[in-house]
Amino acid sequence: MSNVGKIIMINGPVVKAENMEGFTMREMVLVGEKKLIGEIISINEGIATIQVYEETVGLKAGEAIYPTNKPLSVKLGPGIIGNIFDGIERPLMDIFDKGGDYIPEGIGLTSIDLHRKWKVKINVPVGQELKAGAIFGEVQESPVVRHKLMIPPDKWGKVIFAEKDGEYDLEHVLLILDDGVNKNEIKMYQEWPVRIPRPVTKRNPISKLLVTGQRVIDTFFPLAKGGTAAIPGGFGTGKTSAQHQLAKWSDADIIVYVGCGERGNEMTEVLEDFPKLKDPRNGQPLMNRTVLIANTSNMPVAAREASIYTGITIAEYYRDMGYNIALMADSTSRWAEALREISGRLEEMPAEEGYPAYLPSRIGQFYERAGDVKTLSGEEGSITIIGAVSPPGGDFSEPVTQNTKRVVGTFLALDRALAYSRHYPAINWINSYTGYVDDLRDWYRGNVSEHMLELREKMLGILGEEHKLMEIVKLVGEDILPDDQRLILEISKVLKTGYLQQNSFHELDANVSLKKQYNMLRVIDRLYEKALAAVKKGVPISLIREEKLFYDIISMKYNVPEDDEAAFDRYIEQIDIYFDPLVSQYDKGGIRYEDKVSEH
Amino acid sequence: MKIKYLNIKKIEGPLIILDGVKDASFDEMVEIEVEGQEVRKGKVVQIDRNRAIIQVFEGTTGMSLNNTRISFAGRPLEIPLSKDILGRVFNGIGEPLDGAPLFSGKKYDIHGRAMNPVARLYPRNFIQTGISAIDGLTTLIRGQKLPIFSGDGLPHNELAAQIVRQAQITEGEGENFAIVFAAMGIKHGEADFFRRSFQQSGVLKKVVMYQNLADDPIIERITTPRCALTAAEYLAFEEDMHVLVILTNITSYCEALREISASREEVPSRKGYPGYLYSDLATLYERAGMIKGKKGSITQIPILTMPNDDITHPVPDLTGYITEGQIILSRDLHQRGIYPPINVLPSLSRLMKDGIGEGFTREDHPDVSSQVFSAYSRVQEIRSLAQVIGEDELSDTDKKYLEFGNEFEKQFVRQNYDENRNLMDTLDIMWELLKILPKSELTRVKPEHIEKYMEA
Repeated sequence: MSNVGKIIMINGPVVKAENMEGFTMREMVLVGEKKLIGEIISINEGIATIQVYEETVGLKAGEAIYPTNKPLSVKLGPGIIGNIFDGIERPLMDIFDKGGDYIPEGIGLTSIDLHRKWKVKINVPVGQELKAGAIFGEVQESPVVRHKLMIPPDKWGKVIFAEKDGEYDLEHVLLILDDGVNKNEIKMYQEWPVRIPRPVTKRNPISKLLVTGQRVIDTFFPLAKGGTAAIPGGFGTGKTSAQHQLAKWSDADIIVYVGCGERGNEMTEVLEDFPKLKDPRNGQPLMNRTVLIANTSNMPVAAREASIYTGITIAEYYRDMGYNIALMADSTSRWAEALREISGRLEEMPAEEGYPAYLPSRIGQFYERAGDVKTLSGEEGSITIIGAVSPPGGDFSEPVTQNTKRVVGTFLALDRALAYSRHYPAINWINSYTGYVDDLRDWYRGNVSEHMLELREKMLGILGEEHKLMEIVKLVGEDILPDDQRLILEISKVLKTGYLQQNSFHELDANVSLKKQYNMLRVIDRLYEKALAAVKKGVPISLIREEKLFYDIISMKYNVPEDDEAAFDRYIEQIDIYFDPLVSQYDKGGIRYEDKVSEH
Repeated sequence: MKIKYLNIKKIEGPLIILDGVKDASFDEMVEIEVEGQEVRKGKVVQIDRNRAIIQVFEGTTGMSLNNTRISFAGRPLEIPLSKDILGRVFNGIGEPLDGAPLFSGKKYDIHGRAMNPVARLYPRNFIQTGISAIDGLTTLIRGQKLPIFSGDGLPHNELAAQIVRQAQITEGEGENFAIVFAAMGIKHGEADFFRRSFQQSGVLKKVVMYQNLADDPIIERITTPRCALTAAEYLAFEEDMHVLVILTNITSYCEALREISASREEVPSRKGYPGYLYSDLATLYERAGMIKGKKGSITQIPILTMPNDDITHPVPDLTGYITEGQIILSRDLHQRGIYPPINVLPSLSRLMKDGIGEGFTREDHPDVSSQVFSAYSRVQEIRSLAQVIGEDELSDTDKKYLEFGNEFEKQFVRQNYDENRNLMDTLDIMWELLKILPKSELTRVKPEHIEKYMEA
C-alpha cells in the first residue's frame, strides 16, 4: 500500500492521475476520499487514465488513488440467483438499504453477502487429488438451482482438509488443497476478473435448440444452445418485450438479464413480474432462476461498459456447473455508446460515427464468450447470448448493427411497420435469418418431427412469394392476380395473423410448445394443399376463402390448449369436409389430387 | 475568507479557463465578479492539474482577463425549495423572477441521483386525459414519461395545455397535485400562452414555472430542466403530491448542449451532438416515476419539435429510446384540419399494457385498441393503393376500410380543444367505428366482446 497516486485531471467519468508507476493495467482502484471505484484503462509514463464507475461530482485534483492490486473482478458464489446487481456486481438491495431511494456514490465495493449461511454438502474425502475446476460440494441456492461448489480454475492439488457437511458462511474455509508448493484454502466463493473468459476443456459443436416458446423464433429463426443472436430494432419495435419473453419462456436453466443503459421501470417490471410468473417446466417462480444486472440509462456510464462483462462472467460461472444459460443484453448499443463516450473523453482517434476503432473486436470478443462447452469438471454446459441492438433511427447500416451482424448466428430483425400495426413480435420474416438450421436438423427430427423443417421451408417459401407479390399488389391491386397467387396471399394472411403473431398476454398463446407449433403448421399446410388443389380444379378464390373456416384456423392459437392434440385433427377434418365436396363438384375429370406433406 | 482568483488564462464562448487553482472540485459552483459588482454564476466542468475550466451561466460578455474575480462555492448548484414555490416563476438557475424572496430552510442539488431500480414502483394507474387518441390508444399512466413529438407550427402547445387542463392525475385523491413547467428556449408568446391557459383552468396556484426563454443565456438552458425536476422530486416525494412535469422544448435544450459541447472542442457524434447526448437526456427523463412507500408521483410530458419532421433526427430518436412511448403529431392530419393531429400508428405507450383492461379500464380495451391499430394500419396501405389504381377499382372490403379510416379520423381522433371525453365514450366510439368493417376482419377481438359491446 506504499503506492498512492494523485489525481491531476477530471473530465466526467474519466480521471487522470500521476505517480502511478506501481499500478497495473486494468487494475481496479479506489478514487479520491470517497473511495469511488475505478479501473485503469491506460498508463503512460507514470500518468494513468482511470474510468470511474460512480459519479465524479465533488472530486478534487490532488486527491489520492488507492490500489487494490487486482483487476476488476466479481465474487462468484451462492447468493447470485434471484438477486439484482449494478454494473460491477454490487447488490442494489444492499445499496438501497445503505443509501435509500437514490444511488449514492462512495458506497464501496460490496458484493454478494459473505456472511449469509448456506447448507453445504462436501463430496470429496481427504487425500483425493482435485483438478482445477473440479466440483467438490453443493449448496441448494434456490429451489431450482443447485449451486455446485468448484475449485477455482487457477488452483488444484490434494485435499489435506475437508470440512464436514453443515451450515457455513461464504468466508468459511471448506477445503485445503496442497499443490506441492502452496497450501490453498478453498471457500464457497471465488473471484474472477470480468474481462477474461473462464477456461473450458473444449467447445462442442452446436446441436441443441434453445426452445423459446415463440413460434416465429422456434419455427423459422431458431436460437441454439451455445449460439448467439441479435435483436435489432428502432425504438418502439419491441426489443425489450422480445427479450422479456425470451427470459420468461426459454428453456435455459438460468437467465442472466443485463439491463444495459435502458429504462429503470423495465428492471422494476422484471423485479415485480418474475417472482409471480411460474416456470412452465417446474411450477417455480421465474425469479428463482434469474439474475439481473441493472445499469439504467441514468446510472454512471463507465459501469455500463462493465455491466456486460459482469453478466457474462456470472453466466460462465454457472455454465461451469453444467447449466444452460441464456444471457440477454439489452441493449448492446448502449454499451457501445459507453465505449464511444469514454473513448471521446480520452481523445482517441474516432473511426466510424465516432465509435472507437476497436469496437468490432470488442463486439466479437463478447459474443465469442457464448458457446456449448465441456467444462473443466467434465460437465456439459452452454451460454446463449441474445443481444438487443438499438440502431439510431432504426437504420441497420450503422456500425453496431453491422459489426454485430457479422458475429451472430441468428438475426431477428424487428420491423417498424409491423410494430405500427401491432403485429407482435414484430420480427420481419424477410430480413431475419439464422445459421443454425443445419446444426439443429437432427434435433428437430428427434424431438419434433421428421417434417418440421420441410414445413418450415415450405411456409417460408410461401411468405417469400407473398412478399414479391405484394410489390405488384401495391401497384395494381389484388384482383388482377391469378387465383393461385391470390391463394398465396390468403395463406400468408393466415400465417401472419394466425401463426407469426403471438399474444404475450394470452394464457394459451404466450408460450407455445414445439409440438403445438408443428401441429398448427400441419393444419395450415393442409388448408394450403386442399385449397391449392381446389384452385387447380377451377374453384374461384371467393369460394375457397370460406370465412368461418379461415377464422377458425386463425384463432386456433387461442382455442387449443397445450395437451389437446386431437383438436388439430378436428381442424384437418373440418378442412377436408369443406374442400372435398367442393373439389368433386368441379372435378369433372375425376383426377385425384396428390397429397404431399399433409398426409404425414 | 474565500480565495478570489484573478488569473484567467482564456475566455472562449461560455467558458473560462483559470490557472493556479487549488482545491477546486468537479462540478462545483463558482461565483464570478465582473467589474467588482455584478455577480454571475458558473460551474467547473473540467479540472486539469491546477487549471479549471469553468462554464459561465449568464454568458461571458463584458469579461476581460483582468476585470474578473472568481471564487469557488465548494458545492454543486443547489436551489432552495419549499411549498412556497407553487404559483411562482423562476429562471433557469432557480432564482425567483417575481422579485420576492423564497423562504426555505433546505437546499437541493439540482443534479439529483439515479433512482435505484429496487426502490421504484412500477406505474400501473391510468390517467384519463379526456383525449380519445391518447386514452384509447396510447394510454397515459401515472409515473410515465410520455413525450410529444411534434413539428414546428403544429399545435403541441395546445395539446399539452389540454392535457394539463383535463388530466385526472390524482384520481379522486383531491387537490393534491402540482404542475411543474420548464420552458427551454421557447418564445415569450408560447410562455404566455401556457400561463394564460393555466390561469383559465384555474390551476395557476398549482404551477411552478422555470423558464429560460429563447433570448435568455443558453447555458442556463442546461440547468432549467434540472431545477424543474428537482422541484418535482421535492413536491412528489417529500410533499406527497402527484406532479405533472411539462418540459418544452427538448430540441432547444439539445441544441444548447451541442453549442456548449462544440465550444469545449469535444469529439462530436451524430449531427454534431455530443456522444453523451443519450446519457444526458436519460438523466432528465429517468427522473419520472414512482417510489415504493411514497405517495406522490412524477409524470413527465416532454415536448420536442422534430427538425424537418424527421423522426430519425438524434433528438427524437434518442428520446424515443429512453421514454416510455411517444405521441406523434402529424402535419398531414393538421393540414386536413384535424385537431389534435395525433398520428396514432407510430404513437405508443409502453406502460399501457399493464394499466388497461379488466380491473384498470375496461375488459375489452386491450383487444379493441389492437384491432383499431391493425385496421387503421391497413387503411394506410389501401390509401396508397387507391392513389395508384383509383378508389373505384378497390375491392369491397378495401372500400370499407377506406370508409373506416376517414370516419376514424373524423369521429375518433378529432375532438375540440375544450372537449373532455370520458374513457367509456372513447371505447364505445371504437366499437361503433368497427361496425363499418366486415365481421370476418375483426380477428383481434373476442367474439363475446363483439356481442357485448358492438351488437348490444
